[in-house]
Amino acid sequence: MNIVVCVKQVPDTETTRTLKSDDRTLDRAAADGVLNELDEYAVEEALRIKEAHGGEVTVLTMGPDKATDTIRKALSMGADKAVHLTDEALVGSDALQTSYAIQQVLGRTGFDLVVLGSESTDARTGVLAAMLAERLGVPQLSLANKVEIDGSSIRVQRQTDYGYDKVEATLPAVVSVVEKINEPRYPSFKGIMAAKKKPFETLGIADAGIDAAQVGLANAATEVVDFAEAPPRERGQIVKDEGEGGVAAAEFLASKKFI
Amino acid sequence: MSKVERELPTPEAADLIGLTRDLVAAEVAPRAAADEEAGRFPREVFATLGRAGLLGLPYPQEHGGGGQPYEVYLQVIEELAAGWLAVGLGVSVHTLSCFPIAAYGSAEQRARLLPEMVGGELLGAYCLSEPGSGSDAAAMATKAVRRADSYEISGTKAWITHGGIADYHAVFARTDRSAGSPTAEADRPRGARGVSCFHVPGRTAGVAAAPAENKMGMRASTTAQMTFGGALVPVDDLIGGEGDGFRIAMAALDGGRLGIAACAVGLAQAALDAAVAYAGSRRQFGRPVADFQGMRFMLADMATGVAAARALYLSAARRRDAGRPYGTEAAMAKLFASDMAMRVTTDAVQVLGGYGYVTDFPVERYMREAKVLQIVEGTNQIQRVVIGRRLAEARAAAPGGD
Ligand SMILES: Cc1cc2nc3c(=O)[nH]c(=O)nc-3n(C[C@H](O)[C@H](O)[C@H](O)COP(=O)(O)OP(=O)(O)OC[C@H]3O[C@@H](n4cnc5c(N)ncnc54)[C@H](O)[C@@H]3O)c2cc1C
Repeated sequence: MNIVVCVKQVPDTETTRTLKSDDRTLDRAAADGVLNELDEYAVEEALRIKEAHGGEVTVLTMGPDKATDTIRKALSMGADKAVHLTDEALVGSDALQTSYAIQQVLGRTGFDLVVLGSESTDARTGVLAAMLAERLGVPQLSLANKVEIDGSSIRVQRQTDYGYDKVEATLPAVVSVVEKINEPRYPSFKGIMAAKKKPFETLGIADAGIDAAQVGLANAATEVVDFAEAPPRERGQIVKDEGEGGVAAAEFLASKKFI
Repeated sequence: MSKVERELPTPEAADLIGLTRDLVAAEVAPRAAADEEAGRFPREVFATLGRAGLLGLPYPQEHGGGGQPYEVYLQVIEELAAGWLAVGLGVSVHTLSCFPIAAYGSAEQRARLLPEMVGGELLGAYCLSEPGSGSDAAAMATKAVRRADSYEISGTKAWITHGGIADYHAVFARTDRSAGSPTAEADRPRGARGVSCFHVPGRTAGVAAAPAENKMGMRASTTAQMTFGGALVPVDDLIGGEGDGFRIAMAALDGGRLGIAACAVGLAQAALDAAVAYAGSRRQFGRPVADFQGMRFMLADMATGVAAARALYLSAARRRDAGRPYGTEAAMAKLFASDMAMRVTTDAVQVLGGYGYVTDFPVERYMREAKVLQIVEGTNQIQRVVIGRRLAEARAAAPGGD
């Protein structure tokens, strides 16, 4: 089975993240890049499917040069090869454009199954899997907390607020996963060494047949118009319990219409 | 924990440090305080590190090791020790226990024994010290007497890290006493030249561990006396020749001391990070205590000590990696880094005030843990003896010297 995992390098959530004042896009150069957390689960699931059913796992990422660190992590976990789409023309692309660009690359690699994390910790739009499935004309199975494959059919448990839905489709398909699905493995140092020797293809937009007029900040369908710092948290109101503490607390909650 | 910016020679070394940080954050640091309190040895943590390939980093890839220079291996030790000293020091001692075979074993011994020693599933111990001989290791009493195809080892080793847990031991014993001779003359040890080194599996009959020592700190790291009651070791497991043991022990300790220096830097970094974080959030006289110059100068001295010790162990490591002599530099690194760690952890307690003195914060534990680093693998007095001896030798060798 030809499994492609789409991964993204995101700024480490433990570092301060800022938007650039000139074009109101995320300052990716300023922050440490890490593999988007949910994508680790996607890589793990792809590896488990490969281990159970055979085939090959390709890691696909779109992002700046330094995203190679993130690709190496996925390779050291055990993915077989990598494709890195990187081009100045792609900078500032929104979700719609990104799904187009990835669709073009998937046209080159081919796929039976595309696995993604259900959202990234930076923009958190959570729409890429849906857009990609639509563009590719294949079923989308979203928010999976369990995946089963049997021949050409795929069944997932789709996480919901009340439990899960059972969703079934035929391959090829796009699956997005949630963190309940598995426990991602650690790479090993042997995996790190092996990753160095794995096939690694770097593509520009021309290589992938991507139309420059359809990508990049200037052509984006969505725009960040303005942003503001979150206001500093105001000092809370301290209720001293001098016998009437309960009443004071209840009055406060009532004033905020909680009770 | 703050991410220390590191100069690393290769992308895979950077990935290795990244992997170590992930492991420390998720598998090591979260349980340190509770296991230290309970005095529980975390064997599973070592198993996890073993699966990740961290228990044989500086040994050749052809024997299952990571093929990494000391410069990289030691920074992994530092990261581990910053999360939990018992683990960083445990990996360092394990790595030390593999050294005699890796460096002095025959090709046959390396092929037969090293892969499983460095493979991650086993844990080793290094048995040099004795109840009666610590700093004066060459005065050891444990003896190994040749019997046909075996050596029979008898004696007691003291302070053995992983004692009773280890899967194998590098054991140093005298081979200069004649078998069964009743005469005092034949029994008189001939010092350093009469010591030999043996590979002794943990399951060998006659090898037993005493109950673990009850320590001031690093309580999760098991330290115990080991008794060898006529344990039979095949002659094939003598490492090097008879009489090579002391040289092997000292060569192993040169590398081991760099491991202790790296542990000291990691521990001190953790204390510094805790102190900086606390001083930034604790308010007195209407502002964070970190705003007071008296505090800030203390933090500045702590940070400078950590950085200097790191630079010192790394420069010694790079000498080793380049194949140059580095024993004196290793002694300096161990001495400086462990004295620094003692001072920095003590200051960290001071920065936290009363909160530093209670177990709700980790700094009192760091302070108790730091002390052991001034004692193990040669006390800091012995490091000064080593460094001073080199100065005297250099003076004697200089033209016009005595
Ligand atoms: C937690 C822990 C783990 C250990 N793990 C191991 C292990 O795995 N394997 C192992 O073999 N050993 C291990 N050791 C033993 C350690 O290496 C010894 O404790 C150390 O070498 C000192 O020996 P000693 O305790 O006998 O002290 P002594 O040698 O009795 O020293 C007592 C004091 O005299 C000083 N002194 C001695 N000689 C001189 C001198 N010439 N000049 C100036 N001062 C001197 C010392 O510095 C010290 O202050 C461990 C010890 C501890 C505490």
